[in-house]
Amino acid sequence: MKRATRKRGTSIPGLGRPQLLELYYYLQLTRQTENLLSNLYRQNKVVGGLYRSLGQEGVAVGSAYALRRATDGTGDVIASAVRSLGALFVLGVKPADVLMQYMAKAGGPTAGREQNIHFTDLDLGYIGLISHLGVMVEVMAGVALTFKLRNEPRVALTWTGDGAASTGAFHEGFNLAAVQRAPLVVIIENNAYAYSTPVSRQTAAESFVIRAPAYGVFGDQCDGNDVFAVYAMTRNAVARARRGEGAALLEVETYRRLGHAEHDNQHYVPAGEVAAWEAKDPVTRFENRVKAEKWLNETELAGVRQRVEAEVETARAAAEASPLPEATLALAEVTGGSAPTPPWTRQDPPRRVL
Amino acid sequence: MAAVTRPARREKPEHVRLTEDGKPVTFLEAIREALWEELERDPDVFLLGEDIGAYGGAFKVTEGFLEAFGADRIIDTPISESGFTGAAAGAAHMGMRPVVEMQFMDFVSCAYEPLTNYIATSRWRGSGPLPMVVRGPVGGGVRGGPFHSQNPEMAFFHTPGLKIVYPSTARDARNLLKAAIRDDDPVLFFEHKKLYRAPFLRETLQPGEPVEPLGRARMHRSGTDLTIVTYGLMVHESQKAAELLAGEGIDTEILDLRTLLPLDEEAIVESVKKTSRVLIVHEDTRTGGIAGEIAMRVSERAFEWLDAPILRVTAIDTPVPYSPPLEDYFLPQVDDILKAARYLAKY
Repeated sequence: MKRATRKRGTSIPGLGRPQLLELYYYLQLTRQTENLLSNLYRQNKVVGGLYRSLGQEGVAVGSAYALRRATDGTGDVIASAVRSLGALFVLGVKPADVLMQYMAKAGGPTAGREQNIHFTDLDLGYIGLISHLGVMVEVMAGVALTFKLRNEPRVALTWTGDGAASTGAFHEGFNLAAVQRAPLVVIIENNAYAYSTPVSRQTAAESFVIRAPAYGVFGDQCDGNDVFAVYAMTRNAVARARRGEGAALLEVETYRRLGHAEHDNQHYVPAGEVAAWEAKDPVTRFENRVKAEKWLNETELAGVRQRVEAEVETARAAAEASPLPEATLALAEVTGGSAPTPPWTRQDPPRRVL
Repeated sequence: MAAVTRPARREKPEHVRLTEDGKPVTFLEAIREALWEELERDPDVFLLGEDIGAYGGAFKVTEGFLEAFGADRIIDTPISESGFTGAAAGAAHMGMRPVVEMQFMDFVSCAYEPLTNYIATSRWRGSGPLPMVVRGPVGGGVRGGPFHSQNPEMAFFHTPGLKIVYPSTARDARNLLKAAIRDDDPVLFFEHKKLYRAPFLRETLQPGEPVEPLGRARMHRSGTDLTIVTYGLMVHESQKAAELLAGEGIDTEILDLRTLLPLDEEAIVESVKKTSRVLIVHEDTRTGGIAGEIAMRVSERAFEWLDAPILRVTAIDTPVPYSPPLEDYFLPQVDDILKAARYLAKY
């Protein structure tokens, strides 16, 4: 057995005080970026929908932090769910890029063609999602399969909500990875609602993780609002996958404290439910634990918060300064070397195609 | 990147070195050789699909591949067209060049979601090109019934970001499949199952023939009186008609599209300007078939050159029937092509 590595000053394997400061940084960066996005949304500066992860930031941050990160395309690879913003930050995505995506700005990673966190940075190991749920499990099965074929000690990880776990794509993708014993870790993020549909209408089963033995894979579950538990559970599953022990199905229980998107007033949520979960806020729990254990003090935490505030403000200024894209950027390549031509009525002067 | 591991190569079996040995190949053998040679040429190429390993594929296209290339490169998948097509996209993201076999192309509808939403949009979204091929048997006339006879090309024709190849000769099957595998975009590759073992398509190819890029039509028969724009099995049905028409003094030009996306509009326009009469023939059903799009392009680009209305011969708008009299009635026949061509020539 490998000895649990205790880093300086904590009892959590893999996490020393510098790592705790980093984790707190990513938690704060996620929350403060999203708070800013809510403000920008109310100012009509977010041109589409805003999908927040308030109350479940610990899942994305804690699990992504357990991965092997690189900036040259040699690290582990994730595909996000729409509420996995914190994971993007852990991998190295810049907040200004996220803001510009939401604001449809020319400076964003897709230059206005796509929205929110629908973008890809293969150097960082980030594959952006599309809106069709479940397909990212299929795609990541292929990423994991590639690692297996090439004998690369790398892991593919993705998150799906309780709703996406109902799709056929989830099953087809995950089953393929399971059969191939490919290094794929899927975390089912049960946040109680898929849009307005409660989890009781997604599955008749008592949990999602009970599917693990049915797929013939390793399964585990934990409290999604406990960043330390999410980190430890993911770290173990990722290590197993990296050792060649195949796919893993993980489940976390958390709660989506805001609506599906900003326009959703959550009228379908029973009274008191949100408040009950607010008391279990993952960021507050993290703060309370590190202070109670005397791993970090309030001065250190406040320092992180101030640093994040300054960074988010800088990102805001950069995003606001970026122009909207030129309209003809819609004509980007759809296949190699062949951007579509403008319609004849849009050519100057307008001419028939003859 | 670590190289893909593979078992020591046995001697290249006879059935995949016909061209090397100077022997003629069928349409199917041409496809088999193309796959084999691309697997040998590029360690990033791998195959996945149902029953392609030990069984060698429903039509035996990949017979002998598992023994030579191993289970990591010839992957028998669970029955999950959406799952393994989506997985091919993930592998392509990582720099692999997966070739997916649909046991019958009828089943590609199960993969419509990853193909049209995820895969086709990836390059445009900025998520990178996805070099992958989805290939498999299509077409009717083999009494396969509604679910083993379809021509589903037009379900994908409407999706920007995909390429669609539908060859009609052994040479094109071999060279265009190689081009498709080397192409950086997702390619749907349609193989008419009635052509697979057709003796009249046997031809002797040269090893190492140049692989031309996708997107160019091929002049199958040069003529002056009317143009037939077609592809796949219908190229050969049109050829039969053209030979009969020649006896009547009608000189027919046949343009084999080969690649439907991108569509070789210039070749179509050029031929129409030469003959001033155009007939579009496809085995696919009528409504929403490619004839409509081609007619529109001709109208946009060559209206003044036309001496007759644009006509089409297609299958009828029903599922593909099973019983021979019904299927024959469903499918476009040489006689339909003859009648349409005569009408055009006289117009």
